[in-house]
Amino acid sequence: MDTLTWTGSASFLNPLLMLAIAATLVAAIANILISIFVPEGPQQVNPDGTIAARGGVPGLVSKLLYWAFLASVGVILLYILLGAFMGTGAGIIGSMAQQFLPVWIALIILYAASVAFKRRLGLYGKLFDSPIGMIGFGLVMFWVFTGVFGALDLIVTHDPLAQVSGMKNKVPGTPMRGAEEGEFAWYLLGGDNLARDVFSRMVRGAWIVVQIAPLATLFAFMVGITLGLPAGYYGGRLDTFLSFLANLILAFPVILLFYLLVTPEIVATGVPNYMATVLFIFPIIFTAVLLNSRFYTQPRFRTPLLIGVLGVMIWLYLSLISERGSAVAILPEFLDLFDIPGGILVVFVSVVFVNSPTVFRIVRGLTMDIKTRDYVAAAQTRGEGPWYIMLWEILPNARGPLIVDFCLRIGYTTILLGTLGFFGLGLPPESPDWGSTINEGRKLLSIYLHPALPPALALLSLVLGLNLLADGLREESLRD
Amino acid sequence: MILTALCLTFVVFFLTNLYPNLEKLAKTQGNFRMSEEAVNSWLASNGYDKPTLVKYGQWLGVLPGWTLETEDGVRGRCINGTVSAEEAADAPGLCGILQGDWGYSTVFKEDVAGIIAVRLGNTGYLMFWVLLLMVPSALLVGVLAGMREGSPLDRSLSTFSILTTATPEYVSGVIFIAVFTSSAVGLKWFKGTATSAMENPTFENFFLPVLTISLYGMGYIARMTRASMTEVMTAQYIRTARLKGVSFHNIVLKHALRNALIAPFTVIMLQFPWLLNGVVIVETLFNYKGFGWVLVQAAGNNDIELLLAVSVVSVIVVLVTQLISDIGYVYLNPRIRIS
Repeated sequence: MDTLTWTGSASFLNPLLMLAIAATLVAAIANILISIFVPEGPQQVNPDGTIAARGGVPGLVSKLLYWAFLASVGVILLYILLGAFMGTGAGIIGSMAQQFLPVWIALIILYAASVAFKRRLGLYGKLFDSPIGMIGFGLVMFWVFTGVFGALDLIVTHDPLAQVSGMKNKVPGTPMRGAEEGEFAWYLLGGDNLARDVFSRMVRGAWIVVQIAPLATLFAFMVGITLGLPAGYYGGRLDTFLSFLANLILAFPVILLFYLLVTPEIVATGVPNYMATVLFIFPIIFTAVLLNSRFYTQPRFRTPLLIGVLGVMIWLYLSLISERGSAVAILPEFLDLFDIPGGILVVFVSVVFVNSPTVFRIVRGLTMDIKTRDYVAAAQTRGEGPWYIMLWEILPNARGPLIVDFCLRIGYTTILLGTLGFFGLGLPPESPDWGSTINEGRKLLSIYLHPALPPALALLSLVLGLNLLADGLREESLRD
Repeated sequence: MILTALCLTFVVFFLTNLYPNLEKLAKTQGNFRMSEEAVNSWLASNGYDKPTLVKYGQWLGVLPGWTLETEDGVRGRCINGTVSAEEAADAPGLCGILQGDWGYSTVFKEDVAGIIAVRLGNTGYLMFWVLLLMVPSALLVGVLAGMREGSPLDRSLSTFSILTTATPEYVSGVIFIAVFTSSAVGLKWFKGTATSAMENPTFENFFLPVLTISLYGMGYIARMTRASMTEVMTAQYIRTARLKGVSFHNIVLKHALRNALIAPFTVIMLQFPWLLNGVVIVETLFNYKGFGWVLVQAAGNNDIELLLAVSVVSVIVVLVTQLISDIGYVYLNPRIRIS
């Protein structure tokens, strides 16, 4: 079998792509230069009161930019489309596009459904009005679907941990020697220095990020909100004390903290388990207070609700923190629903720990701002309890900045996870997460590029997507 | 502030002095197949078996250092090696960082103060160039983008700064090494390691680490500058100046710029703790033996006193920059200074 080239029989598209991208670049630069040197073109006032239509050269160039950009996107889509049908016939890119087929289908369905119903979907629907938000959302969902389908074994071509002899450090597109029937016969993005498939490792790495990053961010938000609301609302000693603690954690260099917390020795002492015990209790407190303050006046409804919800959450909590053979083992084994491997738990805990002080500060600042508003005074006059005011009056009104920060923070958490992997902390060394893969690949970087670059670009595109998504959300939430 | 520093060092001290860490230290210093008793006796003979608070007091210099009488003579925290009882009596009782004694590194077999001084010098040099590259270019990008909100220049520069904030150092570093130094692709413009830059920094071996650290911080500062610049450009006095007929570049340079640079100043100062992270990653990636490299070595080998010194220095850096940013903000902003 031959070595695959990058584009295979779809290579007739290469000059087209080059042309389209070159045109885009030229138009973009010309557009910038013109905007500096040429004053605003003639404007015309439309009948509905808007001002539009820059004519002349600037208008022409910006039209050109638009079409050239569309052309480049179109050619790239053509690559993917051809690849999805031709598979390995269209080279490495084509067969990757074919492997990602479930992701494309899921993305198309999601976008079609969202655009069709965007007026009924609130802030999420408004996201589809801003091109930046759409691009960002697309990148994020691409990796989310990749992670999910990768975990379902739909995308990966080989076992990400299996080593195949003769594939060590092979360049992308190398065929496997003696590939069996039904087995994928190429290493699409080459092999790393332990002869494992780079492509499959990258796809599996997405699953690790998709699992940990949003959940860790959510926990950090729970901790930050539960502590930040009272700190901002009551002020005084409580505020001083909590702010001191938050500043204490923030003054630590993150990497030093990781090095201190995420080592096998510390895991053996059980410090992360104790920290998990403390940190994971905040979602329970949050939910309990949230429901209690809302339904306080209807005890008939509140009591069963609280018993039901808290019962489930406490059971999850206990089975989350208690682990066989570790420092915290409260639940008997038959009640323990699942065990989280020590490595993942410590990574999770330290990421939550690092993120929550920043969230705390944001929530505290927002609360201090919002508590001077009239509707809070109105609620106080009605005689509402302080927790009702905090959770049902202040928090919903602070949601805009918090949602934007949530997106940014998932990106930051992804970067932190990569940092942990890069220093070889926490996760086992053979784990396919992006940070560890970059760390392994960088050792031979000057000779073999292909093991380190795909995870690096994957991480870059995911974080970029989250940043763009946050930008789009900010724009759309400012609009109303 | 002093309370913060004390709390932080105590946390570091506590975590490094947990038993499994001490056991690892004993095994790396002594012998990997040491038995339980051998580990305990090694810890006892090196003064690690005291309660954590006592050890912390000794390190700080408020409690007298430990001494231990053996058959050969007296060993102790403030004594070099094993000496006779008379000499031991002459040694100072207190020796901690308050007395200027930073302790002894178990990894490098050197005094911690010396290591920190040398490595901090290396990193200081790196940081100097980083700041020199990062701050002006970030301010320039931010001001140019914020000057005319929504213009094509603004959009492309904003995209650029989002792109740089989304690229952590280990990603951009890997991409730069791949593009500019790899022997496989061909662009051999720079060197992939900065090891030689410690003695003889040249553009070729020093530019990539500097660029890698700067880019990540730059995007954030540029976005803050842009936000502050757009805010200033919509202010009343800018409109007044515009209506008076002041030319656009005069407005930007004389009226808007000074007011727009107040907010980024705070941001730049608060970037220092983040730069510290970048330094650790980049020094590991480019093998430049500075402060971040020492941190990795010390933490990886549980070198307690070196790690404590590292954390003291970094905490001081963080707290001092916070102080400077508060003072500088008051100084720069006449509205706060006068009221």
